[in-house]
Amino acid sequence: MIYNIPYIAVVALILIGLYAVIFKRNLIKIVIGITLIESGVNLFLITLAFRKDSVAPIYRGSGSPLMSLPVPHALTLTSIVIGVAVLALMLSLVVHIYRHYGTLDSRKIGGEEE
Amino acid sequence: MNIIDELIFHSPALIVAIPLLGAFLTPLISKINDKLRNGFVIFIVLLTSAIVLLLANDIYSVCGKIHTYVFGGTQTITEGGFAIRILFEVDGLNIFMALIATILAIAGVIYSWAFMKENTGLDKYYTLYLLMIAGMFGMILTGDMFNFFVFLEISSIASCALIAFWTNKGKAVDAGFKYIVISATGALFILFAVAILYGQYNALNMAVLASKIQFSFLDKIALVLLISGLAMKAGIVPMHMWLPDAYGRAPSSVTLILIGVTQASLYGALRMIFTVYGGNLTNTLNQIGDINIDLNLLLGIFIVGLSLLTIFIGVLMALKENNFKRMIAFAAVAEIGYMILAIGSALTTAFSTTDTTTGVMALKGGIFHILNDALDVGLLFLVAGAVYYATKETSLNSLGGLARNMKYTTIFFLIGLLAVSGMPPMNGFASKLIIYQSTYQVNPILAIVAILCSILLLAVFVKVFHSAFLGPKLPKFDEVKEVPKSMLLAMGIIAVIIIFIGLFPDLVLNNIVQPAVNALTDHTNYISNVIGGIQP
Amino acid sequence: MIEIQDFLRTLGTDSGFWNPLVWGIIIIIAFLVVYIIRGYGKKEYKKQTEQTKVFLSGNPELEKEEMHVKASNIYWGFMESFKWLYSGLDKMHTGNVSDYILWFVVIMGVFFIILGVI
Repeated sequence: MIYNIPYIAVVALILIGLYAVIFKRNLIKIVIGITLIESGVNLFLITLAFRKDSVAPIYRGSGSPLMSLPVPHALTLTSIVIGVAVLALMLSLVVHIYRHYGTLDSRKIGGEEE
Repeated sequence: MNIIDELIFHSPALIVAIPLLGAFLTPLISKINDKLRNGFVIFIVLLTSAIVLLLANDIYSVCGKIHTYVFGGTQTITEGGFAIRILFEVDGLNIFMALIATILAIAGVIYSWAFMKENTGLDKYYTLYLLMIAGMFGMILTGDMFNFFVFLEISSIASCALIAFWTNKGKAVDAGFKYIVISATGALFILFAVAILYGQYNALNMAVLASKIQFSFLDKIALVLLISGLAMKAGIVPMHMWLPDAYGRAPSSVTLILIGVTQASLYGALRMIFTVYGGNLTNTLNQIGDINIDLNLLLGIFIVGLSLLTIFIGVLMALKENNFKRMIAFAAVAEIGYMILAIGSALTTAFSTTDTTTGVMALKGGIFHILNDALDVGLLFLVAGAVYYATKETSLNSLGGLARNMKYTTIFFLIGLLAVSGMPPMNGFASKLIIYQSTYQVNPILAIVAILCSILLLAVFVKVFHSAFLGPKLPKFDEVKEVPKSMLLAMGIIAVIIIFIGLFPDLVLNNIVQPAVNALTDHTNYISNVIGGIQP
Repeated sequence: MIEIQDFLRTLGTDSGFWNPLVWGIIIIIAFLVVYIIRGYGKKEYKKQTEQTKVFLSGNPELEKEEMHVKASNIYWGFMESFKWLYSGLDKMHTGNVSDYILWFVVIMGVFFIILGVI
């Protein structure tokens, strides 16, 4: 049972992130929601790599003969870098939107009227 | 081996690497001269398209040939039987999408020479443009699931920055923000599905995954996440609402490549359904009475239901609009509905034992329509950009009588109008005829809805033609001149290809579309090129 | 390789006949017939008289800017009769990015239920 706690945490993170994106009106909170979803998916990738009583896959001659899988570690690094780039882009766009509209309420911006 | 054979052998890597290298060299070259930078960008795109044409010639020469390229090694699998390297696997469907992407890239770069001339920050524009083209080619050619996710994110980040290019207007920046939120959410769910599949089968390669997959409960979750995420990026109702905002507020040359990115996401959905889950498409899920409910029947009915909704809502919203580019964007949503209609009805019947020709014919019509729709909607967006460049007006209420001053633009718009609504002799008629005939045999109601909404699309564009081009000469448009020659050249290239496909449809159908359909229905060929010796 | 007869084939559908070159020849012949019939003219046509002025059902002709029917007024009858449909559709396209993701989650949920139950 205790080995299932990371998976429960993954589902909880993704659901909280989706809640923040769908039901919050402030643009910064929507950005935070997307970051939470991304953290959940990264945690899922890392959890897939773990085996019981394993060490980090760096040195071959270390103590325990079992190593955790190195491929998901590489996938997670790529995903974290992509997440940083997307976060920087979203925040700079939010700064531009605030300069134009003067408000961060997502119901007041985004219509088709001038 | 001479130089041409070496080029063809390394071509999948070169097609992605050359625009990428060109994108990072562009800021350096633009410090020297502006015209040199424009010429350099066009040279890079023409070089890439030459390599694409060489690869297409090589693949179409033998029936069913697949070109596999392994990064950093010579064998696809190691001695133990593990496929550990990243592969690019190019078969008939991939090279078909690459041909569409090439035509759109050439037209877009030639168009943006004159269209963006008075803007500042053009070195960043061309860098991001080449990055978008590289991301689109990478998404189309890859044979590895995580690599597909990476190129999807590259193209969506580059597209978002280009949609928000006119930062002096608030609406364009807002459209860019909405696009990146939608793209990031969809891509993260796709990564979640890839992680689920990796955790079960220890494989990221599409061919290895296709040979090992059994339809357990976790695989069902992965299928749902993949199709929903890719459908949102492709613009299927009711997840289509970002499409008019993003297409309508971006510069017109950017919209042309955005059409290519949307079609590439649709290609991704096709690849997941037909190849990765291809062996499970005839699994019986349940049994009601004596009808077996297979997976392909369920997926087909779901996709056909979504497609009817897409066609209706796309056409109805387009009738109401008064902004030029938003109206064409809604028409683009309706056209994606046509492709999905053909593919859904092909899924329900292509695997049955009694009647196999209807499904293959519907699949042919759907795939042919991808090519036709990209060209038609692309030409319409270029014309909208030309009208904006000449008059600086976007709303149709303030236009009128432009046909006297802009003769060539009017002719190109007429060609695009006839092509989109499926009128003979343009290419839209050929693919829509196949769609009507094949969906009629699945259920007559589908063909009736398709024909009705085709006529309504004609009504939409006749409204635009009357209010923008016909009518008396307005005094405020007295000094409106014809657009510069490079924009006319780009529109002319696409118009010539449209008329060529319209006059000789059977030639294109047998030589270009038929290999793509063969590649879709035959997933064992895809698998055996990597693993070798797969039991059917 | 591609021969000249490939250019002239009809479209390979199961039923129906669509060959663009045959159709093109028929259109050219029909156009020539119509043109010749139009060229005969009418006997009562005199140039430069009242017959060549614009007829607007007796209304006076205004200046050019107001004579052009604007784009939002062209399909007025259609829009009026479908007002019930368009009010619902307009409320769906809000422009709010949270609603877009809400529709995505709804479709994902519907698909889950379909695959899970059936």
